[in-house]
Amino acid sequence: MNQPASAYFIEERHDPNETHTLAVLVQNEPGVLARVIGLFSGRGYNIESLTVSETEAQKHLSRITIVTTGTPMVIAQIKNQLDRMIPVYQVVDMTQTRRSIERELAMVKVRGQGEHRVEALRLADAFRARVIDATTESFVFEITGNTDKINQFIDLMRPLGLVEVSRTGVAAIGRGPEGM
Amino acid sequence: MSDKSHNPNQMTGAAMIVRALIDHGVTDIFGYPGGAVLPIYDEIFQQSEVQHILVRHEQGAGHAAEGYARSTGKPGVALVTSGPGATNMVTPLTDALMDSIPLVCISGQVPTHLIGNDAFQECDTVGITRPCTKHNWLVRDVNDLAKVLHEAFYVATSGRPGPVLVDVPKDVQFATGTYHPPRKSDVHRSYAPRVKGDAAQIRKAVALLANAKRPVIYSGGGVINSGPEATRLLRELVEVTGFPITSTLMGLGAYPASGKNWLGMLGMHGTYEANMTMHDCDVMLCVGARFDDRITGRVDAFSPGSKKIHIDIDPSSINKNIRVDVPIIGDCGNVLGDILQVFKAEAKKPDIKSWWQQIAQWRARNSLYYKKSSDVILPQHAIQSLFEATRGRDTYITTEVGQHQMWAAQFYGFEEPHRWMTSGGLGTMGYGLPAAVGVQVAHPDSLVIDIAGDASVQMTMQEMSTAVQYELPIKIFILNNQYMGMVRQWQQLLHGNRLSHSYSEALPDFVKLAEAYGAVGLQVHKPGDLDGAIQEMISVKRPVLFDCRVAALENCFPMIPSGKAHNEMLLPEQANDEATAKAFAGGKALV
Repeated sequence: MNQPASAYFIEERHDPNETHTLAVLVQNEPGVLARVIGLFSGRGYNIESLTVSETEAQKHLSRITIVTTGTPMVIAQIKNQLDRMIPVYQVVDMTQTRRSIERELAMVKVRGQGEHRVEALRLADAFRARVIDATTESFVFEITGNTDKINQFIDLMRPLGLVEVSRTGVAAIGRGPEGM
Repeated sequence: MSDKSHNPNQMTGAAMIVRALIDHGVTDIFGYPGGAVLPIYDEIFQQSEVQHILVRHEQGAGHAAEGYARSTGKPGVALVTSGPGATNMVTPLTDALMDSIPLVCISGQVPTHLIGNDAFQECDTVGITRPCTKHNWLVRDVNDLAKVLHEAFYVATSGRPGPVLVDVPKDVQFATGTYHPPRKSDVHRSYAPRVKGDAAQIRKAVALLANAKRPVIYSGGGVINSGPEATRLLRELVEVTGFPITSTLMGLGAYPASGKNWLGMLGMHGTYEANMTMHDCDVMLCVGARFDDRITGRVDAFSPGSKKIHIDIDPSSINKNIRVDVPIIGDCGNVLGDILQVFKAEAKKPDIKSWWQQIAQWRARNSLYYKKSSDVILPQHAIQSLFEATRGRDTYITTEVGQHQMWAAQFYGFEEPHRWMTSGGLGTMGYGLPAAVGVQVAHPDSLVIDIAGDASVQMTMQEMSTAVQYELPIKIFILNNQYMGMVRQWQQLLHGNRLSHSYSEALPDFVKLAEAYGAVGLQVHKPGDLDGAIQEMISVKRPVLFDCRVAALENCFPMIPSGKAHNEMLLPEQANDEATAKAFAGGKALV
C-alpha cells in the first residue's frame, strides 16, 4: 500500500484482537471514574462494558469492571496504564487468570399477545428469567448470566415483541477462596 | 477549646500554600496574579522566603518552571489564577508530562459555591488538566489542603516525575484550618513506584551484556531524571564494558559528548553511526528511554537482530512500541548500580574490537557534514561557533522547536546532565525563551542561552519583559532563516515544495525589538563577524536578542525518511533533489 506523505510512520498492525475483562480496584474519590474513562478515550482503547460500584465503603474502595478488546500488546498496555494511575490499587486481568466468573443482569421488556406472549414466558422459564412486572400486554423479565446468555435471550425476544433492554454490564469475580 | 490563635498550625488556606512551599524547600515560583489567587498573592507579599517571578503569560510561567526543574533536578512551581490562567497552563503541563518533568502548579478556582455556575473566570480546571497531569486535585476543604499539597510534591518528584496541579477555590484560600508538615500518610496508599529492579532480570541482562558481540547502550532522559548517581553509574558502565553509547534528545549530557564511546544522538536526525549501530547491534541496553517514534523509525524494521534490555521506572513504557526481551522495572540509578555490581563480579569486558572497527567505518561517513561558506552563515556553523565560544564555561542551553533544535542537538556538545533544556515529546515552539528565564533564575551567575528560531521565539517573546524586569541576562540566539524551517523542510520533501504558510513574513526587527524591551539587540549577517558578535553577546550582562541571519534554505540532515528504517538514512551529501525524491518514494506519489 502506498503511504500518504507524513511526518509519522504509518503502519498497519495485524495482531488479532482479544477480549479481556479487567477488574480495577480504585480509591473512591471524586473524578476517579473520569480518569479511567479518559484514559480509554484519550489513548483510543475500546470499552465494551463498564460496571462501577463502591465495594468497601469503610475503606472508600470502588471496583471497576471493564471489558475491553485489543491486541495482546494493547491489553498489556491498558493494564500498565491503569496500574500507574495514582488512585488505582490493583488491576487484575480476569480473563488471563481463567478462573473467574462473569455475570450480567438485564431487564427485558416484551410486549405482545396470544401465542407470542406464551412463547415469551416459556423461553423466559427455560433461561431462568424472572417476571418482575406484568400487564395484560407486557412483561418485564429479569435475567442474570454471562454476556452470551443475555445476548441470546434478547435475540429470542426480538420477534416476540421486544420493547427495550436495560443491562448492568459485566461484573466479575475470581473462583476459589482467595480474594483479589 | 484553647484560643486558636496560639496554635501556629492554624492558618488560612492561602498561608498554608506558602508554608507548604517553604516546607518543600521551594525558593522561587513563577506566576501571574488574578482574582481567584489574590489571597495567595497577599501571603506572598508578606514574606520573603519564596521569591515570586512575575511572567507575562501563564504559559511562560509553566515553561520557566520546567526550565528551573530540568536545570536543578528540583520541582518547578507555577501559580496561576482560575479560568484563562489555568487554560494557559495546559501547554506547559502537557510538555512536562511528555518529558517527565516535575512540576507543581497551583491554580486558583472560583469559590466552591459557584463551581458549576459558569462563574466569572470559571473553568473545569481539574477536568481540563486531567489528561495532561500525572495527577490533579480539587481541594474543597481547607483541612485537606496540607495533605494534598504534600502529596502533590511527592507525586511530582517520585517514580517517573511529572506535572501535578492543585486547584484551590478562593473560599478555601480564605478559610482557616489546621496545617501539618509533610508526613508519609499524606500519600495515596495505592501509589508506590517500584525503584529496585528484579534480581533475576538483572542477571539475565548481565548475561546478555557479557556475551554481546555487537552491543549498544541507548540512554534517555530517565537517567538524568534519576539524578547524579545514575549519570555516574552510566558512565562507569560504559567504562567497564567498553560499549558504544548513543542517547535520545532528552538524554544528552548523561554521557559526555567528548567521551570516546559516544556515537552522537540517535533517531530521525541522529548520526549515521548511532543509527547504524542501533540497527545492526545484537544486544541493546535501553536505559530510561521509551522507544519514541522519532527514535525507532519503522517499528517492524527497528534493530531486527538484537536482544533488547529495557530499564524503566514506568511499567507502561515497557513493550509499548517495541517488544523487549528483558524488561527491568525500576529506577535507572538503582538498576544500573545492580547491573554494574553483578557485571563486575561475574563478567569480564567482552572483546568487541571488530564491532568498533565497523562503527569507525560508519563514523567515517561524516554524517553531520555541511559545506561552509564565506558569504553566508550556515546554521550548523553558527551552533559550532557558539559551542566553541562557550566551551568550558558554566553554560546552560535551552531551545525552541524545529531545525535549530536539531542542529543544536547535533552540533553542541553536552558534557554534563541538566545543561540541556528542550521540548522533546510535545515539541512546543515557544518553550526555550521562558525556559531560559527559569534556568537563569535557578543559576543567576551562569551563562544561559536559548538557541531559537525566528518563528518559535515569537510565540513567547513577551517573556523578554520578565527577563529585563528581574535582570536575567539570558541570551536568545536566533537562527533566523525567515522560515519555519522544519515545516518548510517537510513541505519540500513531502508536499511538492508547496511552501504553504511556512515563510516568516513581516518579521520584526529583532534588534529594535530588543531595545524596545530594554534589552540588547545584536545582528550578524557575515560569517566573518560571527565570532566577534558571539563574544559581545556573552560579555554583555543583560538580556540579548541575537539575530543571526543564516542561509535561508539549509535543511537538517542526516534524516530517516518516514516509513524507513535506521539503515535507510538520507545523508547530507546524498540529499540532492533526485536522491531525496527517491528516499521518500512510496509516499503520496512522492512529492
